[in-house]
Amino acid sequence: MSNIVIEVNNISKQYRLGQIGTGSLAHDINRWWYRIRGKDDPYMKIGEENERITKGNSEYVWALQNVDFKVEHGKVMGIIGRNGAGKSTLLKILSRTTAPTKGDVKIKGRVASLLEVGTGFHPELTGRENIFLNGAILGMTKNEIKTKFDDIVSFAGVERYIDTPVKRYSSGMYVRLAFSVAAHLEPEILIVDEVLAVGDAEFQKKCLGKMKDVSSNEGRTILFVSHNMTAIKNLCDTVLYMRNGKVVEVGPTNNVINNYLSHYVNSSLRQAFADPAEAPGNELVKIKRIEVCPQLESELNPITVNTAIDVEIEFWNYLDGKQINLSLHLYTIAQECVFNVGTPALNLSKGLHKGVCKIPANLLNDGIYSVSLMVVADKSYPLYNYENAVSFEVQENRDASGWHGKWPGFVRPNLEFNLE
Amino acid sequence: MKDAVLNNAQEQWDIILEPKNSFFKLNLREVWRYRDLMWLFVRRDFVAQYKQTILGPVWHIIQPLLTTLIFLFLFGTVAKIGTDGIEPTLFYMSGIAIWNYFAACLTSTSSTFVTNASIFGKVYFPRLVIPFSVVISNIIRFGIQFGLLLMFMIGFAFKGVPMVITFYWLYIPLLVLLMAGIGFGLGIIISSLTTKYRDMALLLTFAVQLGMYITPIAYPLSFLATKKYEWLVTVNPLSPIVEAFRYCLFGHATVSIGGLLYSIIFMIFVVVLGMLIFNKVEKDFMDTV
Repeated sequence: MSNIVIEVNNISKQYRLGQIGTGSLAHDINRWWYRIRGKDDPYMKIGEENERITKGNSEYVWALQNVDFKVEHGKVMGIIGRNGAGKSTLLKILSRTTAPTKGDVKIKGRVASLLEVGTGFHPELTGRENIFLNGAILGMTKNEIKTKFDDIVSFAGVERYIDTPVKRYSSGMYVRLAFSVAAHLEPEILIVDEVLAVGDAEFQKKCLGKMKDVSSNEGRTILFVSHNMTAIKNLCDTVLYMRNGKVVEVGPTNNVINNYLSHYVNSSLRQAFADPAEAPGNELVKIKRIEVCPQLESELNPITVNTAIDVEIEFWNYLDGKQINLSLHLYTIAQECVFNVGTPALNLSKGLHKGVCKIPANLLNDGIYSVSLMVVADKSYPLYNYENAVSFEVQENRDASGWHGKWPGFVRPNLEFNLE
Repeated sequence: MKDAVLNNAQEQWDIILEPKNSFFKLNLREVWRYRDLMWLFVRRDFVAQYKQTILGPVWHIIQPLLTTLIFLFLFGTVAKIGTDGIEPTLFYMSGIAIWNYFAACLTSTSSTFVTNASIFGKVYFPRLVIPFSVVISNIIRFGIQFGLLLMFMIGFAFKGVPMVITFYWLYIPLLVLLMAGIGFGLGIIISSLTTKYRDMALLLTFAVQLGMYITPIAYPLSFLATKKYEWLVTVNPLSPIVEAFRYCLFGHATVSIGGLLYSIIFMIFVVVLGMLIFNKVEKDFMDTV
């Protein structure tokens, strides 16, 4: 009498890195030779955890390793993790665009996946023709689409353009139409990847509302990948937290999100490497240290919106005669870029160099931020990009008076704003 | 109600995803469920091709007409190869129509995985839908060219070339199906083999061009009767189909039951083999394409 609609049994997925050519042909022949003799695939035993920033020794990586969970009927499960944690690979397997290397998945009911909006849209066809085509690709029959056609068009708000080729649409209209088709699917299980990152705020609200509707009123099961913690908190009953291709934790939404956030933050104020052989980078540059140094009176105090922060960077330069500069990107936890700043380009000698980026107090809003560092040569081409190198949390520091809601905006600058 | 169904169907899973497909699980029922999608792809292929052209589908007529003219000049006037007593224009036109159909089926199904990778990577639907839709949309093109041929036959009838309609005409759809089957079967075999290593795909354009010369398109099979490389053309399973096609239309050609049987067996063989290989590959070709 089980109520389980998705059962994922210990699946793993291996990918081969590098190009396909004579090298992969040699492996294929070797694999075939092992199989003929009735032995196991020799390349299955090797393969490393998917840690992208350190250069691996193996050509094979495990994008997923022994992932195992169950989802009950009518529940919404959120899937969180940093970029490269294996979330998308998992969704790809569940939506049947690729197969697992090991393990199996059992599913009850029809599955529709939204890994991208507007799959199969043809630019030359009109909005009307594309609704039918896209709907059918997503698994609807012609009759189903016909009965929902008017709803789809009005949800997207493109009545006027419905007989115009979609290549003439604005990008917003295009995305709205595409999402609208997907939102009117009626599968038992819906798989959604970060599609809510599109469209304006009003449309995003509409989409979240629609998803909530679908799960609570129509009793459908939803798997939802997002970096948007607010959306996850609002929508999901349980959350699956992934890291480097493995499941870290499955459980009630708030617990898992809190663990994820503390993991994300505490482990990573500082990345330092004494030995160049272990440091991230390549033969041109290596990052020795990148550290978030809050300018606080005591280390025990939290970083707040009123704290100034120095980001210190040390790196080894192995290039001669190049103009080098550092470029720093600051991202929110939803992977939206808050700002990008760069140092002036200097003709650096070989050896160790240091840079400091001073983020003033009263600039950032409260939230969790991550820093990506790029080393650029001749102001034009990147030598090395160290994504999500460090991260930190900025806390609220408001007087206990007045309003308590979340302060809106990416930044909270202290601008001169007078009333007379 | 829904819960009751779920409870009854305890451990009745609808979909089981495993590392490999079993070799003989073809799932044609699923393809049938997606038949609407198949028609929409046919429509897309057809409509999208002629958007923003003035002549539109007329382009289907211009290409075979020009090829016919070239053949009339090259093989008729310059090389002086006979046409089994069939009016040369009609002879070439019929050959070109059926050959074009085969070539289109073969080349467009053979790139199924590579050209549709962006869709296949995002959504699941039975992959066979695409090659099926290609074969169908090409039938429409063949229909247009066949209509053109009929118009020319009627035109020539006024000029004294008799047009004989016999019950053999009823076999034409069957011959077209044979042609489609071989093109489709070979096409999906090639598309499955080229997901990882593209070398074969490069060979294909060349092979299709050469293939036309070892098929009796620009000359009748009887022309080779005494030549020592005749076997090269008789071994080609397409030759009996082309000859039979002309026999049905004009009443002159070299047709044998044995030859046709050979073509039929060949078609069944490539279609079955093609679907088996395709089925094996479709599951995780995305990782290598």
